[in-house]
Amino acid sequence: MTDQELQVQQKREVERDQESTSSGTNFLPVTDIFETPEALRVVLEMPGVGKNSVEVSVENNVLTIIGRIDFSNYKGLQPLYTEYNIGHYSRSFRLSNEIEQEGIKAELKDGVITLVLPKAERAKPRRINVS
Amino acid sequence: MADFNDPFAAMLALQRALESRRESRWMQGGTTGMGAYPPTNIFQKGDDFVAVIELPGMDKSDLQIEAKDNTIRISGKKAMDYDQNASVHRRERVFGTFDRTISLPVQIDADTIRAEYRDGILALFIPRAASEKPRTIKIN
Repeated sequence: MTDQELQVQQKREVERDQESTSSGTNFLPVTDIFETPEALRVVLEMPGVGKNSVEVSVENNVLTIIGRIDFSNYKGLQPLYTEYNIGHYSRSFRLSNEIEQEGIKAELKDGVITLVLPKAERAKPRRINVS
Repeated sequence: MADFNDPFAAMLALQRALESRRESRWMQGGTTGMGAYPPTNIFQKGDDFVAVIELPGMDKSDLQIEAKDNTIRISGKKAMDYDQNASVHRRERVFGTFDRTISLPVQIDADTIRAEYRDGILALFIPRAASEKPRTIKIN
């Protein structure tokens, strides 16, 4: 897997049901989601998003992640040649498992945020015996 | 450029500027072109240049940068760091190797390029060669 040559993934824009009040383009972060017996792990790539610029919330079983770019880093820079646009990131997922909200952990490292969403006790898998 | 005191105006102005420069002919003369990984934006800052490259989730030790004359070569490996036993719901991230050369259409000072990796963004601060810097010409 690691010997594969990397290809550029075009950034996908966020599509909304309603128009948002603030203008500008937001992007969908590229995401991996894994499930272990205890938790759901959600890993999102949000290059350029620093600590304290990420919001994570779970409401009505919908997980929402927002990452904000600090545009002041681009102060005084004149674009000459560009291949990608930049913007804030946001994405929502409807969760298939019940989550212990208080136990949610988030870690941000090198533009990648890893969320660990522990499953609620009654949502943990039970082995089903075939009789 | 826009006044960065208003964050919304700053964002819009920058997004528009990036969009309109997508067809830029600045690098068109060279052999290196767009489309290769990692995605790269090049800015001018005063007399010098800044390349801003999106490389989220890299290990700094897996990243090599070489510079010679007016070309910069960026290569490396983005390794997967997951527990293989987990069951997959969704997989969109890509892992693997990359090797990209960028040739700037101007003379640069390859010896004094500075690199910074922060929040998944690699920034290369590329000084213009002293011979290319504009000089003020005095009239006697």
